[in-house]
Amino acid sequence: MTPIFFLLFAVMAVVSALMVVLQKSPVTSAVYLVLVFLSLGGFFVLLHAPFLAAVQVVVYAGAIMVLFLFVIMLLNLQRDVDDGLHHAARRVFGWALGILLAAQAFLLLRGSWALGPRGKEPAALVHAQGNTQVIGVRLFGDYLWPFEITSLVLLVAVVGAIVLSLRRGRSTGVEDAP
Amino acid sequence: MDWTFGLPPEWSWLVWTLIKTLVLIGGVLGVLPIMIWGERKVAGHVQFRPGPNRVGPFGLLQPLADVLKLVFKEDVMPHSANRVLFFLAPVLALVPAFVVLTVIPIGPQFVVTDVNVGLLVFFAMSSLGVYAITLAGWAGNNKYGLMGGLRSSAQMISYELAMGLSVIGVILLTGSLSLVDIVKAQDGRILGFLPRWFVFYQPVGFLAFVVTMLAETNRAPFDLPEAEGELVAGYHVEYSSMKFAAFFMGEYANMIAISCVCTALFLGGWHGPWLPPVWGGIVWFVLKVSILQVFFLFVRWTLPRLRYDQLMNLGWKVLLPLTLANALVTAVAVALREGWLR
Repeated sequence: MTPIFFLLFAVMAVVSALMVVLQKSPVTSAVYLVLVFLSLGGFFVLLHAPFLAAVQVVVYAGAIMVLFLFVIMLLNLQRDVDDGLHHAARRVFGWALGILLAAQAFLLLRGSWALGPRGKEPAALVHAQGNTQVIGVRLFGDYLWPFEITSLVLLVAVVGAIVLSLRRGRSTGVEDAP
Repeated sequence: MDWTFGLPPEWSWLVWTLIKTLVLIGGVLGVLPIMIWGERKVAGHVQFRPGPNRVGPFGLLQPLADVLKLVFKEDVMPHSANRVLFFLAPVLALVPAFVVLTVIPIGPQFVVTDVNVGLLVFFAMSSLGVYAITLAGWAGNNKYGLMGGLRSSAQMISYELAMGLSVIGVILLTGSLSLVDIVKAQDGRILGFLPRWFVFYQPVGFLAFVVTMLAETNRAPFDLPEAEGELVAGYHVEYSSMKFAAFFMGEYANMIAISCVCTALFLGGWHGPWLPPVWGGIVWFVLKVSILQVFFLFVRWTLPRLRYDQLMNLGWKVLLPLTLANALVTAVAVALREGWLR
Protein backbone atom coordinates (compact mmCIF):
# COMPACT_ATOMS: atom_id res chain seq x y z
CA MET A 1 0.00 0.00 0.00
CA THR A 2 2.93 2.35 0.76
CA PRO A 3 4.08 2.50 -2.90
CA ILE A 4 0.61 3.66 -3.98
CA PHE A 5 0.62 6.48 -1.45
CA PHE A 6 4.22 7.32 -2.31
CA LEU A 7 3.26 7.69 -5.96
CA LEU A 8 0.24 9.77 -5.02
CA PHE A 9 2.26 12.19 -2.90
CA ALA A 10 5.15 12.24 -5.39
CA VAL A 11 2.93 13.17 -8.32
CA MET A 12 1.15 15.74 -6.18
CA ALA A 13 4.44 17.27 -5.00
CA VAL A 14 6.04 17.47 -8.45
CA VAL A 15 2.94 18.73 -10.25
CA SER A 16 2.18 21.39 -7.66
CA ALA A 17 5.85 22.42 -7.51
CA LEU A 18 5.71 22.97 -11.27
CA MET A 19 2.47 24.90 -10.92
CA VAL A 20 4.08 27.20 -8.34
CA VAL A 21 6.44 28.37 -11.07
CA LEU A 22 4.02 28.27 -13.97
CA GLN A 23 1.13 30.19 -12.43
CA LYS A 24 0.86 33.89 -13.20
CA SER A 25 -1.11 34.94 -10.13
CA PRO A 26 1.04 35.06 -6.94
CA VAL A 27 -1.87 33.92 -4.76
CA THR A 28 -2.39 30.77 -6.82
CA SER A 29 1.34 30.08 -6.72
CA ALA A 30 1.29 30.38 -2.95
CA VAL A 31 -1.64 27.95 -2.69
CA TYR A 32 0.24 25.44 -4.84
CA LEU A 33 3.27 25.85 -2.57
CA VAL A 34 1.01 24.89 0.34
CA LEU A 35 0.11 21.73 -1.59
CA VAL A 36 3.83 20.97 -2.03
CA PHE A 37 4.32 21.25 1.73
CA LEU A 38 1.30 19.05 2.39
CA SER A 39 2.64 16.32 0.11
CA LEU A 40 6.05 16.57 1.79
CA GLY A 41 4.21 16.02 5.05
CA GLY A 42 2.72 12.90 3.46
CA PHE A 43 6.24 11.64 2.74
CA PHE A 44 7.17 12.04 6.40
CA VAL A 45 4.12 10.01 7.40
CA LEU A 46 5.18 7.25 5.01
CA LEU A 47 8.66 7.32 6.58
CA HIS A 48 7.08 6.68 10.03
CA ALA A 49 7.86 10.20 11.20
CA PRO A 50 4.43 11.59 12.12
CA PHE A 51 5.94 14.29 14.33
CA LEU A 52 7.92 15.75 11.44
CA ALA A 53 4.86 15.49 9.21
CA ALA A 54 2.72 17.44 11.66
CA VAL A 55 5.42 20.03 12.24
CA GLN A 56 5.90 20.40 8.49
CA VAL A 57 2.22 21.21 8.10
CA VAL A 58 1.99 23.44 11.20
CA VAL A 59 5.10 25.49 10.46
CA TYR A 60 5.32 25.65 6.69
CA ALA A 61 1.77 25.21 5.43
CA GLY A 62 0.06 26.69 8.47
CA ALA A 63 2.26 29.57 9.59
CA ILE A 64 4.77 30.63 6.97
CA MET A 65 2.54 30.34 3.92
CA VAL A 66 -0.31 32.14 5.66
CA LEU A 67 2.05 35.05 6.25
CA PHE A 68 3.12 34.89 2.58
CA LEU A 69 -0.50 35.03 1.49
CA PHE A 70 -1.15 37.82 3.96
CA VAL A 71 1.63 39.93 2.47
CA ILE A 72 0.64 39.16 -1.11
CA MET A 73 -2.94 40.20 -0.40
CA LEU A 74 -1.92 43.27 1.57
CA LEU A 75 0.28 44.51 -1.29
CA ASN A 76 -2.40 43.34 -3.72
CA LEU A 77 0.09 41.91 -6.23
CA GLN A 78 -1.86 41.02 -9.33
CA ARG A 79 0.98 40.12 -11.71
CA ASP A 80 4.67 39.44 -11.19
CA VAL A 81 6.67 42.60 -10.73
CA ASP A 82 8.40 44.00 -13.82
CA ASP A 83 12.04 44.09 -12.82
CA GLY A 84 13.25 45.77 -16.02
CA LEU A 85 14.82 42.63 -17.47
CA HIS A 86 13.80 41.85 -21.01
CA HIS A 87 11.99 38.62 -21.55
CA ALA A 88 14.67 37.25 -23.87
CA ALA A 89 17.40 37.95 -21.34
CA ARG A 90 15.30 36.39 -18.62
CA ARG A 91 14.74 33.29 -20.68
CA VAL A 92 18.46 32.83 -21.38
CA PHE A 93 19.33 33.30 -17.72
CA GLY A 94 16.58 30.96 -16.69
CA TRP A 95 17.66 28.14 -18.98
CA ALA A 96 21.34 28.56 -18.06
CA LEU A 97 20.66 28.49 -14.34
CA GLY A 98 18.20 25.63 -14.73
CA ILE A 99 20.72 23.48 -16.60
CA LEU A 100 23.38 24.29 -14.02
CA LEU A 101 21.06 23.30 -11.20
CA ALA A 102 20.03 20.06 -12.93
CA ALA A 103 23.67 19.14 -13.52
CA GLN A 104 24.46 19.81 -9.87
CA ALA A 105 21.55 17.75 -8.66
CA PHE A 106 22.54 14.90 -10.98
CA LEU A 107 26.14 14.89 -9.74
CA LEU A 108 25.15 15.16 -6.09
CA LEU A 109 22.51 12.48 -6.14
CA ARG A 110 24.94 9.97 -7.69
CA GLY A 111 26.97 9.98 -4.49
CA SER A 112 25.74 7.64 -1.78
CA TRP A 113 26.23 10.37 0.85
CA ALA A 114 23.53 12.46 -0.78
CA LEU A 115 21.04 11.00 1.69
CA GLY A 116 23.03 12.37 4.63
CA PRO A 117 24.61 10.49 7.53
CA ARG A 118 22.75 7.74 9.31
CA GLY A 119 21.35 8.62 12.74
CA LYS A 120 22.75 6.92 15.84
CA GLU A 121 19.39 5.50 16.86
CA PRO A 122 18.37 2.18 15.32
CA ALA A 123 14.86 1.92 13.90
CA ALA A 124 13.79 -0.41 16.71
CA LEU A 125 14.59 2.21 19.35
CA VAL A 126 12.71 4.90 17.47
CA HIS A 127 9.68 2.63 17.24
CA ALA A 128 9.86 1.72 20.92
CA GLN A 129 10.39 5.24 22.29
CA GLY A 130 8.42 7.12 19.68
CA ASN A 131 9.65 9.51 17.10
CA THR A 132 8.85 12.60 19.18
CA GLN A 133 10.90 11.56 22.20
CA VAL A 134 13.95 10.67 20.11
CA ILE A 135 13.87 14.01 18.29
CA GLY A 136 13.36 15.87 21.56
CA VAL A 137 16.30 14.19 23.28
CA ARG A 138 18.59 14.88 20.32
CA LEU A 139 17.39 18.46 19.88
CA PHE A 140 17.63 19.48 23.53
CA GLY A 141 20.64 17.28 24.29
CA ASP A 142 23.27 17.05 21.57
CA TYR A 143 22.07 20.06 19.62
CA LEU A 144 21.07 22.34 22.51
CA TRP A 145 23.51 25.15 21.65
CA PRO A 146 22.77 25.29 17.92
CA PHE A 147 19.08 25.26 18.84
CA GLU A 148 19.43 28.15 21.30
CA ILE A 149 21.59 30.15 18.88
CA THR A 150 19.04 29.68 16.09
CA SER A 151 16.24 30.88 18.32
CA LEU A 152 18.30 33.94 19.31
CA VAL A 153 18.99 34.73 15.65
CA LEU A 154 15.26 34.52 14.93
CA LEU A 155 14.53 36.79 17.88
CA VAL A 156 17.04 39.33 16.58
CA ALA A 157 15.36 39.18 13.17
CA VAL A 158 11.95 39.83 14.73
CA VAL A 159 13.20 42.77 16.79
CA GLY A 160 15.06 44.13 13.75
CA ALA A 161 11.93 43.96 11.61
CA ILE A 162 9.94 45.87 14.22
CA VAL A 163 12.65 48.54 14.56
CA LEU A 164 12.86 48.98 10.79
CA SER A 165 9.09 49.27 10.33
CA LEU A 166 8.80 51.72 13.24
CA ARG A 167 11.48 54.00 11.83
CA ARG A 168 9.83 54.07 8.40
CA GLY A 169 6.46 54.87 9.92
CA ARG A 170 7.94 57.81 11.84
CA SER A 171 9.83 59.38 8.95
CA THR A 172 6.87 59.36 6.57
CA GLY A 173 4.33 60.08 9.25
CA VAL A 174 2.03 57.45 7.73
CA GLU A 175 0.89 54.61 9.89
CA ASP A 176 0.49 51.26 8.17
CA ALA A 177 -3.06 50.03 8.14
CA PRO A 178 -3.40 46.67 9.90
CA MET B 1 -18.02 -13.40 11.03
CA ASP B 2 -15.02 -12.49 8.93
CA TRP B 3 -13.94 -8.99 9.88
CA THR B 4 -11.32 -8.70 7.16
CA PHE B 5 -13.61 -8.93 4.08
CA GLY B 6 -11.14 -11.57 2.77
CA LEU B 7 -8.58 -8.84 2.18
CA PRO B 8 -4.93 -8.73 3.26
CA PRO B 9 -4.59 -7.09 6.71
CA GLU B 10 -3.25 -3.82 5.34
CA TRP B 11 -6.26 -3.35 3.07
CA SER B 12 -8.87 -4.47 5.56
CA TRP B 13 -7.40 -1.93 7.98
CA LEU B 14 -7.87 0.72 5.33
CA VAL B 15 -11.47 -0.35 4.73
CA TRP B 16 -12.24 -0.29 8.47
CA THR B 17 -10.69 3.14 8.88
CA LEU B 18 -12.78 4.41 6.01
CA ILE B 19 -15.93 2.95 7.56
CA LYS B 20 -15.15 4.54 10.94
CA THR B 21 -14.44 7.87 9.28
CA LEU B 22 -17.70 7.76 7.37
CA VAL B 23 -19.66 6.94 10.54
CA LEU B 24 -18.01 9.88 12.29
CA ILE B 25 -18.57 12.34 9.45
CA GLY B 26 -22.16 11.17 9.03
CA GLY B 27 -22.75 11.57 12.74
CA VAL B 28 -21.38 15.10 12.83
CA LEU B 29 -23.25 16.13 9.69
CA GLY B 30 -26.39 14.78 11.32
CA VAL B 31 -25.78 16.86 14.43
CA LEU B 32 -25.20 20.11 12.52
CA PRO B 33 -28.90 20.87 11.88
CA ILE B 34 -29.65 20.32 15.55
CA MET B 35 -26.92 22.81 16.44
CA ILE B 36 -28.28 25.39 14.05
CA TRP B 37 -31.70 24.89 15.59
CA GLY B 38 -30.13 25.19 19.04
CA GLU B 39 -28.39 28.40 18.05
CA ARG B 40 -31.64 29.97 16.96
CA LYS B 41 -33.48 28.75 20.05
CA VAL B 42 -30.77 30.14 22.33
CA ALA B 43 -30.84 33.42 20.44
CA GLY B 44 -34.59 33.55 20.93
CA HIS B 45 -34.31 32.73 24.61
CA VAL B 46 -31.70 35.43 25.20
CA GLN B 47 -33.73 38.01 23.29
CA PHE B 48 -37.10 37.10 24.91
CA ARG B 49 -38.74 35.64 21.83
CA PRO B 50 -39.77 32.07 21.04
CA GLY B 51 -37.31 31.39 18.21
CA PRO B 52 -38.26 28.98 15.42
CA ASN B 53 -41.46 27.16 16.41
CA ARG B 54 -43.52 26.74 13.22
CA VAL B 55 -41.89 23.92 11.25
CA GLY B 56 -42.23 20.59 13.01
CA PRO B 57 -42.34 19.98 16.78
CA PHE B 58 -40.52 22.81 18.65
CA GLY B 59 -39.42 24.10 15.25
CA LEU B 60 -37.00 21.17 14.96
CA LEU B 61 -37.47 20.88 11.20
CA GLN B 62 -36.59 24.52 10.63
CA PRO B 63 -32.94 23.75 9.68
CA LEU B 64 -34.21 21.29 7.08
CA ALA B 65 -36.35 24.00 5.55
CA ASP B 66 -33.39 26.37 5.63
CA VAL B 67 -31.16 23.86 3.87
CA LEU B 68 -33.79 23.27 1.19
CA LYS B 69 -34.03 26.99 0.69
CA LEU B 70 -30.24 27.26 0.34
CA VAL B 71 -30.05 24.36 -2.11
CA PHE B 72 -32.63 25.95 -4.40
CA LYS B 73 -31.02 29.38 -4.35
CA GLU B 74 -29.06 30.52 -7.35
CA ASP B 75 -25.33 29.85 -7.12
CA VAL B 76 -23.76 33.15 -8.11
CA MET B 77 -20.11 33.50 -8.95
CA PRO B 78 -18.75 37.03 -9.36
CA HIS B 79 -17.50 37.78 -12.84
CA SER B 80 -13.98 38.72 -11.73
CA ALA B 81 -13.59 35.94 -9.15
CA ASN B 82 -10.75 33.47 -9.22
CA ARG B 83 -12.77 30.39 -10.14
CA VAL B 84 -10.60 27.66 -8.64
CA LEU B 85 -9.96 29.36 -5.32
CA PHE B 86 -13.55 30.56 -5.09
CA PHE B 87 -14.61 26.92 -5.28
CA LEU B 88 -11.82 25.63 -3.04
CA ALA B 89 -12.42 27.94 -0.08
CA PRO B 90 -15.77 26.50 1.14
CA VAL B 91 -14.33 22.98 0.84
CA LEU B 92 -11.38 24.03 2.97
CA ALA B 93 -13.78 25.36 5.57
CA LEU B 94 -15.20 21.87 6.11
CA VAL B 95 -12.31 19.44 5.61
CA PRO B 96 -9.97 20.40 8.51
CA ALA B 97 -12.75 19.98 11.07
CA PHE B 98 -13.41 16.43 9.90
CA VAL B 99 -9.70 15.57 9.87
CA VAL B 100 -9.44 16.71 13.49
CA LEU B 101 -12.36 14.46 14.44
CA THR B 102 -10.43 11.37 13.26
CA VAL B 103 -7.84 11.72 16.03
CA ILE B 104 -10.34 12.34 18.83
CA PRO B 105 -10.90 9.42 21.24
CA ILE B 106 -14.67 9.45 21.61
CA GLY B 107 -14.84 6.35 23.76
CA PRO B 108 -12.32 3.88 25.12
CA GLN B 109 -12.98 1.66 22.09
CA PHE B 110 -13.73 4.31 19.52
CA VAL B 111 -10.97 6.34 17.98
CA VAL B 112 -10.47 6.32 14.23
CA THR B 113 -6.69 6.58 14.35
CA ASP B 114 -4.55 6.87 17.46
CA VAL B 115 -1.73 8.93 15.98
CA ASN B 116 0.98 9.54 18.56
CA VAL B 117 0.98 13.22 17.58
CA GLY B 118 -2.81 13.65 17.64
CA LEU B 119 -2.61 17.04 19.29
CA LEU B 120 -0.26 18.31 16.58
CA VAL B 121 -2.67 17.05 13.92
CA PHE B 122 -5.28 19.27 15.54
CA PHE B 123 -2.95 22.28 15.42
CA ALA B 124 -1.97 21.52 11.84
CA MET B 125 -5.61 21.42 10.80
CA SER B 126 -6.58 24.53 12.71
CA SER B 127 -3.75 26.40 11.00
CA LEU B 128 -4.98 25.13 7.62
CA GLY B 129 -8.45 26.38 8.50
CA VAL B 130 -7.16 29.93 8.11
CA TYR B 131 -6.89 29.37 4.37
CA ALA B 132 -10.62 28.87 3.96
CA ILE B 133 -11.43 32.36 5.16
CA THR B 134 -8.38 34.09 3.73
CA LEU B 135 -8.86 32.60 0.27
CA ALA B 136 -12.62 33.12 0.36
CA GLY B 137 -12.04 36.76 1.08
CA TRP B 138 -9.54 37.12 -1.74
CA ALA B 139 -11.11 34.93 -4.43
CA GLY B 140 -14.40 36.81 -4.52
CA ASN B 141 -12.54 39.97 -5.55
CA ASN B 142 -14.52 42.10 -3.16
CA LYS B 143 -12.89 44.69 -0.92
CA TYR B 144 -15.08 43.90 2.07
CA GLY B 145 -14.30 40.24 1.63
CA LEU B 146 -10.59 40.96 1.39
CA MET B 147 -10.67 43.04 4.56
CA GLY B 148 -12.49 40.22 6.35
CA GLY B 149 -9.98 37.67 5.07
CA LEU B 150 -7.00 39.74 6.16
CA ARG B 151 -8.49 40.39 9.59
CA SER B 152 -9.20 36.73 10.00
CA SER B 153 -5.68 35.63 9.15
CA ALA B 154 -4.21 38.17 11.57
CA GLN B 155 -6.63 37.07 14.28
CA MET B 156 -6.16 33.35 13.82
CA ILE B 157 -2.36 33.56 13.66
CA SER B 158 -2.30 35.61 16.86
CA TYR B 159 -4.59 33.32 18.79
CA GLU B 160 -3.09 30.09 17.49
CA LEU B 161 0.08 31.02 19.35
CA ALA B 162 -1.72 31.47 22.66
CA MET B 163 -3.70 28.28 22.02
CA GLY B 164 -0.54 26.27 21.43
CA LEU B 165 1.03 27.62 24.60
CA SER B 166 -2.11 27.03 26.68
CA VAL B 167 -1.99 23.25 26.13
CA ILE B 168 1.74 22.91 26.88
CA GLY B 169 0.84 22.41 30.53
CA VAL B 170 -1.28 19.38 29.62
CA ILE B 171 1.49 17.96 27.43
CA LEU B 172 4.00 18.42 30.26
CA LEU B 173 1.73 16.65 32.74
CA THR B 174 1.10 13.71 30.39
CA GLY B 175 4.39 13.51 28.54
CA SER B 176 2.57 12.62 25.33
CA LEU B 177 1.06 14.30 22.30
CA SER B 178 -1.43 11.48 21.75
CA LEU B 179 -4.97 12.45 22.68
CA VAL B 180 -5.67 8.86 23.74
CA ASP B 181 -2.78 8.97 26.23
CA ILE B 182 -3.92 12.38 27.46
CA VAL B 183 -7.43 11.10 28.16
CA LYS B 184 -6.07 7.95 29.82
CA ALA B 185 -3.94 10.10 32.13
CA GLN B 186 -7.10 11.75 33.50
CA ASP B 187 -8.45 8.57 35.06
CA GLY B 188 -9.07 8.46 38.82
CA ARG B 189 -9.69 11.01 41.58
CA ILE B 190 -7.90 13.84 43.33
CA LEU B 191 -8.39 13.91 47.15
CA GLY B 192 -11.03 11.22 46.77
CA PHE B 193 -13.84 13.31 45.30
CA LEU B 194 -12.64 15.54 42.44
CA PRO B 195 -12.25 13.76 39.13
CA ARG B 196 -8.63 13.86 37.96
CA TRP B 197 -9.36 16.13 35.02
CA PHE B 198 -6.70 18.48 33.79
CA VAL B 199 -9.03 21.46 34.20
CA PHE B 200 -8.27 21.23 37.95
CA TYR B 201 -4.52 21.03 37.36
CA GLN B 202 -4.47 23.65 34.60
CA PRO B 203 -7.23 26.20 35.33
CA VAL B 204 -5.30 29.02 33.65
CA GLY B 205 -4.52 26.86 30.63
CA PHE B 206 -8.19 25.86 30.40
CA LEU B 207 -9.42 29.46 30.52
CA ALA B 208 -6.89 30.53 27.90
CA PHE B 209 -7.87 27.58 25.73
CA VAL B 210 -11.56 28.46 25.96
CA VAL B 211 -10.91 32.06 24.94
CA THR B 212 -8.67 31.08 22.02
CA MET B 213 -11.20 28.40 21.09
CA LEU B 214 -13.81 31.12 20.52
CA ALA B 215 -11.31 33.17 18.53
CA GLU B 216 -10.17 30.27 16.35
CA THR B 217 -13.71 29.41 15.33
CA ASN B 218 -14.43 33.10 14.59
CA ARG B 219 -17.36 33.08 16.97
CA ALA B 220 -18.62 36.11 18.82
CA PRO B 221 -17.15 38.00 20.65
CA PHE B 222 -14.30 37.36 18.19
CA ASP B 223 -16.31 37.39 14.96
CA LEU B 224 -14.48 40.38 13.51
CA PRO B 225 -13.82 38.73 10.14
CA GLU B 226 -17.54 38.82 9.39
CA ALA B 227 -18.55 41.91 11.41
CA GLU B 228 -21.75 42.66 9.51
CA GLY B 229 -21.94 46.27 10.59
CA GLU B 230 -18.64 47.29 9.05
CA LEU B 231 -17.72 44.56 6.55
CA VAL B 232 -21.19 43.52 5.32
CA ALA B 233 -20.43 39.96 6.52
CA GLY B 234 -16.80 39.97 5.38
CA TYR B 235 -15.33 36.93 3.73
CA HIS B 236 -18.54 35.25 2.62
CA VAL B 237 -20.15 38.35 1.17
CA GLU B 238 -19.89 36.98 -2.39
CA TYR B 239 -21.02 33.45 -1.54
CA SER B 240 -24.51 32.14 -2.10
CA SER B 241 -26.45 28.88 -2.16
CA MET B 242 -24.58 25.71 -1.13
CA LYS B 243 -21.17 27.40 -1.03
CA PHE B 244 -22.51 29.70 1.67
CA ALA B 245 -24.03 26.69 3.38
CA ALA B 246 -20.60 25.02 3.38
CA PHE B 247 -19.16 27.96 5.33
CA PHE B 248 -22.12 27.80 7.66
CA MET B 249 -21.64 24.08 8.25
CA GLY B 250 -17.87 24.56 8.50
CA GLU B 251 -18.32 26.96 11.41
CA TYR B 252 -20.41 24.47 13.36
CA ALA B 253 -18.21 21.50 12.41
CA ASN B 254 -15.20 23.46 13.66
CA MET B 255 -17.02 24.24 16.89
CA ILE B 256 -17.72 20.54 17.42
CA ALA B 257 -14.16 19.54 16.58
CA ILE B 258 -12.56 22.11 18.85
CA SER B 259 -14.96 21.26 21.69
CA CYS B 260 -13.99 17.61 21.29
CA VAL B 261 -10.33 18.58 21.62
CA CYS B 262 -11.10 20.72 24.66
CA THR B 263 -13.03 17.85 26.25
CA ALA B 264 -10.20 15.42 25.63
CA LEU B 265 -7.55 17.82 26.90
CA PHE B 266 -9.15 19.35 29.97
CA LEU B 267 -12.48 17.72 30.79
CA GLY B 268 -11.43 14.11 31.12
CA GLY B 269 -12.58 12.88 27.72
CA TRP B 270 -14.70 9.75 28.05
CA HIS B 271 -14.18 9.38 31.81
CA GLY B 272 -17.26 9.62 33.97
CA PRO B 273 -18.94 7.77 36.81
CA TRP B 274 -21.84 5.26 36.97
CA LEU B 275 -21.93 4.07 33.36
CA PRO B 276 -19.94 1.11 32.02
CA PRO B 277 -16.95 2.58 30.18
CA VAL B 278 -17.45 0.78 26.85
CA TRP B 279 -20.57 2.66 25.78
CA GLY B 280 -20.95 4.94 28.79
CA GLY B 281 -17.72 6.61 27.77
CA ILE B 282 -19.27 7.73 24.51
CA VAL B 283 -22.30 9.05 26.41
CA TRP B 284 -20.11 11.07 28.78
CA PHE B 285 -18.01 12.40 25.92
CA VAL B 286 -21.04 13.51 23.91
CA LEU B 287 -22.55 15.09 27.04
CA LYS B 288 -19.43 17.12 27.79
CA VAL B 289 -19.11 18.26 24.19
CA SER B 290 -22.78 19.27 24.16
CA ILE B 291 -22.33 21.37 27.29
CA LEU B 292 -19.43 23.15 25.62
CA GLN B 293 -21.59 23.75 22.54
CA VAL B 294 -24.33 25.35 24.63
CA PHE B 295 -21.64 27.50 26.24
CA PHE B 296 -20.51 28.55 22.74
CA LEU B 297 -24.08 29.51 21.81
CA PHE B 298 -24.75 31.50 24.97
CA VAL B 299 -21.48 33.40 24.67
CA ARG B 300 -22.37 34.46 21.15
CA TRP B 301 -25.69 35.96 22.16
CA THR B 302 -24.60 37.63 25.39
CA LEU B 303 -21.22 39.28 24.74
CA PRO B 304 -20.68 42.28 22.45
CA ARG B 305 -18.03 42.11 19.74
CA LEU B 306 -14.49 43.23 20.55
CA ARG B 307 -12.88 46.12 18.73
CA TYR B 308 -9.92 45.21 16.53
CA ASP B 309 -7.29 46.79 18.80
CA GLN B 310 -8.89 45.19 21.87
CA LEU B 311 -8.70 41.84 20.11
CA MET B 312 -5.00 42.23 19.35
CA ASN B 313 -4.23 43.53 22.84
CA LEU B 314 -6.00 40.59 24.43
CA GLY B 315 -4.16 38.11 22.25
CA TRP B 316 -0.64 39.47 22.43
CA LYS B 317 -0.50 41.37 25.72
CA VAL B 318 -2.74 39.28 27.96
CA LEU B 319 -3.11 35.71 26.70
CA LEU B 320 0.44 35.23 25.42
CA PRO B 321 2.25 36.26 28.64
CA LEU B 322 -0.34 34.45 30.73
CA THR B 323 0.05 31.16 28.86
CA LEU B 324 3.84 31.50 28.79
CA ALA B 325 3.89 31.98 32.58
CA ASN B 326 1.52 29.04 32.96
CA ALA B 327 3.81 26.82 30.86
CA LEU B 328 6.84 27.91 32.93
CA VAL B 329 5.15 27.26 36.28
CA THR B 330 3.89 23.87 35.11
CA ALA B 331 7.34 22.96 33.83
CA VAL B 332 8.94 23.80 37.17
CA ALA B 333 6.23 21.89 39.05
CA VAL B 334 6.66 18.82 36.84
CA ALA B 335 10.44 19.02 37.20
CA LEU B 336 10.10 19.16 41.00
CA ARG B 337 7.68 16.24 41.03
CA GLU B 338 9.97 14.13 38.89
CA GLY B 339 12.97 15.17 41.00
CA TRP B 340 14.95 16.66 38.12
CA LEU B 341 15.89 19.80 40.07
CA ARG B 342 18.33 18.84 42.76
